[in-house]
This record gives sequence, C-alpha cells and structure tokens, in this order.
Amino acid sequence: MEGYSPRLLDLIPKEREWLVQRDEEERKHGASEEKKLELRLGPPGQEEDWTRKNNSTRKINDERSLFSLGYFPNVGQNTNTNTFMIQAQKAQFQLQPTTTPQGLSVMGKESSQSCSTKVADLQNAAEKKMAFSPAPAANTAGPNSSQKRTAPGPVVGWPPIRSFRKNLAGTSSSKPQPESQSVVPNKVSSENPVDSCPKGLFVKINMDGVPIGRKVDLKAYESYDKLASAVDELFRGLLAAQMDSSAGRIQNKQESEKAITGLLDGSGEYTLVYEDNEGDRMLVGDVPWHMFVSTVKRLRVLKSSELSTLRLNSKQEKVPLGADMR
Amino acid sequence: MSHDPAEMSEDDERPPPADRGRAEYADQVLENVLENVLVFLTCRRDRNSVSLVCKSWCRAEALTRSELFIGNCYAVSPARATERFERVRSVALKGKPRFADFSLLPPDWGAHFAPWASAMAGAYPGLEKVYLKRMSVTDEDLAVLARSFPRFKELALVCCEGFGTSGLAVVANHCRQLRVLDLIESEVTDDEVDWISFFPDGGTSLESLIFDCVECPINFDALERLVARSSSLKKLRLNRYISIGQLYRLMIRAPQLTHLGTGSFSPSEIVQQGDQEPDYASAFAACRSLVCLSGFREIIPDYLPAIYPVCANLTSLNFSYANINAAQLRSVISRCHKLQILWVLDSICDEGLQAVAATCKDLRELRVFPIDAMENNEGPVSDVGFLAIAEGCRKLQSILYFCQQMTNAAVVAMSNNCPDLMVFRLCIIPRYRADRITGEPMDEGFGAIVKNCKKLTRLAVSGLLTDRAFSYFGQYGKLVQTLSVAFNGDSDMGLKYVLEGCSSLQKLEIRDSPFGDSALLSGLHHYYNMRFLWMSSCRVTRRGCREIARQMPGLVVEVFSWNNNAQDRGEENDIVETLYMYRSLARRVDAPKYVEIL
Repeated sequence: MEGYSPRLLDLIPKEREWLVQRDEEERKHGASEEKKLELRLGPPGQEEDWTRKNNSTRKINDERSLFSLGYFPNVGQNTNTNTFMIQAQKAQFQLQPTTTPQGLSVMGKESSQSCSTKVADLQNAAEKKMAFSPAPAANTAGPNSSQKRTAPGPVVGWPPIRSFRKNLAGTSSSKPQPESQSVVPNKVSSENPVDSCPKGLFVKINMDGVPIGRKVDLKAYESYDKLASAVDELFRGLLAAQMDSSAGRIQNKQESEKAITGLLDGSGEYTLVYEDNEGDRMLVGDVPWHMFVSTVKRLRVLKSSELSTLRLNSKQEKVPLGADMR
Repeated sequence: MSHDPAEMSEDDERPPPADRGRAEYADQVLENVLENVLVFLTCRRDRNSVSLVCKSWCRAEALTRSELFIGNCYAVSPARATERFERVRSVALKGKPRFADFSLLPPDWGAHFAPWASAMAGAYPGLEKVYLKRMSVTDEDLAVLARSFPRFKELALVCCEGFGTSGLAVVANHCRQLRVLDLIESEVTDDEVDWISFFPDGGTSLESLIFDCVECPINFDALERLVARSSSLKKLRLNRYISIGQLYRLMIRAPQLTHLGTGSFSPSEIVQQGDQEPDYASAFAACRSLVCLSGFREIIPDYLPAIYPVCANLTSLNFSYANINAAQLRSVISRCHKLQILWVLDSICDEGLQAVAATCKDLRELRVFPIDAMENNEGPVSDVGFLAIAEGCRKLQSILYFCQQMTNAAVVAMSNNCPDLMVFRLCIIPRYRADRITGEPMDEGFGAIVKNCKKLTRLAVSGLLTDRAFSYFGQYGKLVQTLSVAFNGDSDMGLKYVLEGCSSLQKLEIRDSPFGDSALLSGLHHYYNMRFLWMSSCRVTRRGCREIARQMPGLVVEVFSWNNNAQDRGEENDIVETLYMYRSLARRVDAPKYVEIL
C-alpha cells in the first residue's frame, strides 16, 4: 500500500470543514452519505431525527470501509501547505443528567464530517446517551461562522487522561502572591457523578457511635416516615457491628440488630436532626417535607439524650467528628 | 518405600489390603514432599503450570499457594476461588476494564468487592494483604476487612472508588498490625471523618502511608504525631492539603523516608519577602535514603532548590502535577544522574526533554502528560523532544508520551535506539493526525516499534493509522500482550491482522475504529487465551456478538445497551455500542440492567 495521499472532494469556504474522500470509488457513496448527514443534523437544540429505525441505511451490509476524513482549515498557523491538519470531530451530545442512561435525547452536531467512524459514532449516538459539556474551542474550526455551529467539543474519554490529571494549567505561580492561598485551593476535584447529578438529592448522614457515614437520596422519599425507615435500615447493621467492635469482640456474622425507632418524635434512643443551609441544627419533621428538602444540607442521627444540650443553643457549630468519637 | 508410584498407578488390579495401605501412604508422603517443595514456588505462572500436571499436583499446589492473583474479578466466583485455595494470605483483585478510567464504562457497572470480602472473611482468617485495582469498594467492605482479619497488614487500593474517609477510619482503628495503607489514584469521598486520628495511640508498624489522592483536608497535628510514633515509616505520600511548612515538620521527624510525596509544595499563606521560613533544603538533606520524590501538587517553583540535596540519589521523580518550565526542570534534572523513572508535564517543552536526555542516561521509564488536553495544531512537546529522548536515553523500557505532533522518523529512531522497550504508548492527541512533516500515516513508525523492539509487551497507538500498521503488529508483535487502539484503522482487515498474528495477546481494547463482525469472528481461535476484549464505538453488531457467545461458552459476552428495557434491546443488525467480553468460569449475577449478557 502506498503512502496516503488525500484528494479533495470539495472545497468549502473556510468556516466549514473540508471534506476529503479517500478514493474515487467511495466518493459517490461518501458524498451521498455526507448529504444525508447534512440534511439530518442540525445545530444542537433541534430534535434529532435519528432513531434506530431510520438507520436502515446505516446498518452494515457490507464490510467495505466508508472511511473518509473531515479536514479543518488551519487558521494560518501551519505554513506547511503540503500537510493537512486532520482533525476529525465527533458529534456532540447533550445530556439530561441522570445516574442511569435512559430517556435522553441525542443531538448531533451539525458540523458533520463524512467519516465512516463518525457514521458509526452517530449511529451509536442514538443508542448511546452519553454527554459532556462542550469546552471552548482551542482551535477555531468554524465556530465563528454565521451558521450555527457549536465549537468543536471534547470527545468522551479522549485523550485518555484520568480526570484528576486535567485542569492543571495555572496551578503554579511565583512566591509573592497577590491573593492568599487558602488551604483548600480552588481546583477541580475529581468527578463524583453522584454529587453532580441534579436528579437526585444526596445528603450525607452520620450517626452517633458509627464512624461510617452514608449518603441518602432525599428525592427517593416523599415523606418523613419513609426517610426515617430508610435511616433505620441504613444504620441498623452498622450500629450493631459497631457495638460488637467496641465490646472488643471480632464478629463477622450479623448480630441480632435492634431496629432504630422513634427518630422523629423523640421517643426513641436516637433522634434525627439536620443542618440547614444557614448552618442551623434543626429537628427533622418540623417543617413541611418539600421545605425540608430544599434547605437540608446534611443529616445526623443523634442520641436523644444529647438533644437537650442542642435545644439550649439555636446555632450549633459543627463539632468535628474526631472529637466526638474519641 | 520401594514402591514406585508410577507403577502403582498403572496397575489396574487392586492391590491386596496391606499393599493398598502402603500405596496410599506413599501417595501421602509424595504429596507432603511436594507441598514442601512447592512452597518455594512464587511465580504464579509456574504455579499454574504445576497445577496442570495431575490431580495430586493440583491439590498440592492449591494448598501451598499463599498469594492469589485474579486479573478479572468476574473470571471466577469468590466461592470457587476460596474453595480451591485454602491457605491464602495475600489477594490481588482487578475489576473494571481500563477504559473505565476514561468514562467509557457506565457507572455502577460492577466490580464490587463486597462478595469477595465476605467470601474471604469466612475462608481466610489469616489474610494479611489485599491489593485491589479498579474495584468498587464500600465503607462496609473496609469494615469487613478490618473486622475479619486480625493479622491484616497491607491494604492497597488503586483506581478504586465507592468508599470514603469513614472506611479509612475503620481500617486505621481496627487493623492493629497495619504496615501498608496505600491509596493510589482512588476516589475517596469526604465524609468529614478525621481518619488520621483513628490510628491507635502508641507505636505503629506503619511502613507505607500513601494518601496523595485523598481530596480532603487532614488533621495535621494528628498526622505529625502519627509520623512521630511510626519509626518504621519509609513511604509517605501526602495530599495537596499539606503545605510546605507542614511538610518540613514531617520530614524532620522522619529522616528515614525512602519515598516522599511532598503535598502541595507551597505555603499555606502569603509569604512576604523577608519572612522567616524554615530551611527546607536542610530537611531534604537530612533524608539520606530518599530515592523517590513525588507530589508538587501546587508547586511554587521558587522552592525547587530545596530538593537539590537529594537529586543525586533519586531514582524516581514524579513532576506530573508540577507546571514548571524547561529552565526550572533543568535546574533539578541536571543533578539527577541516577534517575530511572520520570513523570512530567509537557510544560517543560521539548527543551526540557532535551535536558532530560542529556543527563538521565539510566532512564527506564518516562511519562509526559499534557497540561492542555485539547486537540491543537501545536503543543509544547513534539517529535523534537521525543527524538532527543530516543537519542539520549538508550536504556528506556517504558514510555507514555502525549503530544500534538509526531513524525515517523522520530518513532523509528526510538525503535532503533531503545532495544529494551517493553511498553510503548504514544498518544498523538488530535485524532487521525498524520506525520507532521511527510503527511503520511504513522504506520511506519509504529511498525518499526513492533519490528525492532523485540521485548515489546505493551503497545498503545494513535494518529493516522491504516490497516498496514495493523499488518505490522500482527507480523512482528509476537510478544505483545496488551494493545490499545483508538480512532485507527481502515477496515476489518486491521483487526484480523492483529487477532491472527499476535499470539501472545491477552488484553485488547479498541474504541472508535471501523472493525466489524467479520474481524470479530476471526479471533475465535484465540479468545480463550485472552483476559478480555473491549470494543466500543466500533462496527460490531449484536448478531456478531451473539455468534461469538454461541460458539464460545467459556466467554462472558457483555453488550451494553442504552435502555434498560429487556424487551427492547435492539435488532440483530444493530451496531453495538460497547462489547466487553472475557473468559470466565462464572456467570455474572450482579450485572446492571443496561448490560446484556449474550
């Protein structure tokens, strides 16, 4: 096989991508593919008519590759006119964030390219409801055109760098600093898909006597009673385990567990309290449920005997758990 | 005994009772002898061979295997593993496929440690070491570990998630013989538990405490006291919440350290000119055994001279979070003549790599990470720096290199200059990018690597590659065990070349490449020899995957669909988004709804 020599199918004005076909045979096919793509794809925001049923033409009937490349013009940087900068673009997908991949619409990016792998991608896009937020373009392949094209966005998982290695630019500076460096520097921390998911409302919950905290999704419960029973389920086992350990025995079987009751009315050994968005500690159950959900920041299961100290102070400072537990 | 065991086994007639007793006794002696010999066998591949000799050898080997390594947690069930191997003291488990690191695996896919934890809790009371990679570990799992194994000594969690500081607190508190607590590239949720305070009072046996990936503040006073009472501590890797002033205080308490992760390497407050600062260089100078330095999470390069005293002895230096330029790197690297492992950011530019090449003649492993992960026309490092390394660092064994531009010539040069290369991972960030100078595909460069580097076991490719490149891989890559492909190839032939030619292939991960059913089916002869095959955004259809599953019952063939509806999985001719298949003696029972097992 010879070295690769690209042939231009179509020179399109600067704002749009250059389409290149690999050989004559595939030209026509590619062109019609390209046309189909151009017709089908619109700018993000439009409903994408890309259901699986319409993919009949895209089902792989033959094995011949439809490989073709999309080219983007160099924005005056590369003076070597013999070399084409090949930058394939992928369709951009939009996500309604959810922890399970369902019920999402896929919107293809209109800056199409007749790359066969992109065809596969777009097909897969209909099945694949993944997303990422578009980053501003580092290179300008067409986003400044009057046509509504989004900036070339990043591809999921490409380049293959783990998330904690990203966003490292600007982490260094010289000694005399204009603003103080806080102990908690402002950096993008590693992703936690659960936390960033707006569909669920996860709050931390800790229990006295149990070093293991949990998280609960408040959206999963519609009432205080359901929340209370969930808390009981969550901590029953852990509490029993903790009792065993503190008694000095090593157990690896489940001991008989006592149900945790009376969380809401003060009648039980434990009471459920929460910290609201103003930092105040409140008893759970006083306000209507939806108001609770909108102001709660974290939950605690306290020993009811501790409550009297609470009531004396309207604003509690958070006591570091380390001190509590010792 | 004068009986010849071989003779006895061939003897069909039942020996008279007295002889039978002696026969069994002879067997027993043999097995005891065998066990005593096999104890010395540590290499697991050798052990696997031993276990195939005959049943009694298999039994003896199983009784003497103390280190259990399971490369795919779904290849065997916990029950089966614990039944066969009764006296295990160390377990290593790997879970998710590597592409999970790049968000290509949907959440909650699996690799739960919990069933293993509970199986081992019952079966291995003497368990001492656990190593987990890409597993989903919960706080409860850590609690099970802490409670169930009184002799527990070493815990290493690499690329794991699902647990938080609560779980760490339980481990710290209950594992009284803990020597190693290594958290590497794992996601640790901040439960606002002061886990460092949970280590027991009094002296500890800690030898290694690695928590640089933990993204939450640490109780420094507790840490300082812990370091002070851990006289065996050799490895300490701090997270970015530890300032350089705090680092100083720790270092003067632990001059015996061999591995140090420096934390943020910057002060916690504004430091004015003329402020009294500790003599950081003297603290480093006091650490005479320091060979491995990392951290520098929020480095202020003015403080770099502090590490000069240790440079001459350094064998490993990790600057991969340090945004430093060529001159700053040179000031350090020019002193590091013994360096074998170097991780850097591409902020050092080609010039910085030239400085590395000039000094680090003993370099074995180089990793160059990009500061800016976007596809660009130019980047700070290119084939120029790559070529410098090829010419200067002839002993190179492993390279991971991210860049925007590359040439075949530079890659060919490395293939000729670095015959010891075992791991070659080149990531040209812009997809489908050709040779910067010639405009040709990168076929010849990567081809030269497989052809000339006779020890090559791991290869990751990028850039514009045609099927020709894959024909080279198949033709020359006879020792290649791991191959990663992304946005490469023209047709099914590419994958066919690899599956038919790479006889040592164990792990194959492919994304966004035009390989379909025909190629998939050409690997049937080999799939049982492999750990796994991953193909995402390729062109394999459900029909093709089902055919594999039908013909190879020893494989688990997972196909990910994007709806949870079992009835609406899609038609047979539909292209499958992700195929993940692996050899296995077990069926998955915990697969999420979007995983279809064919």
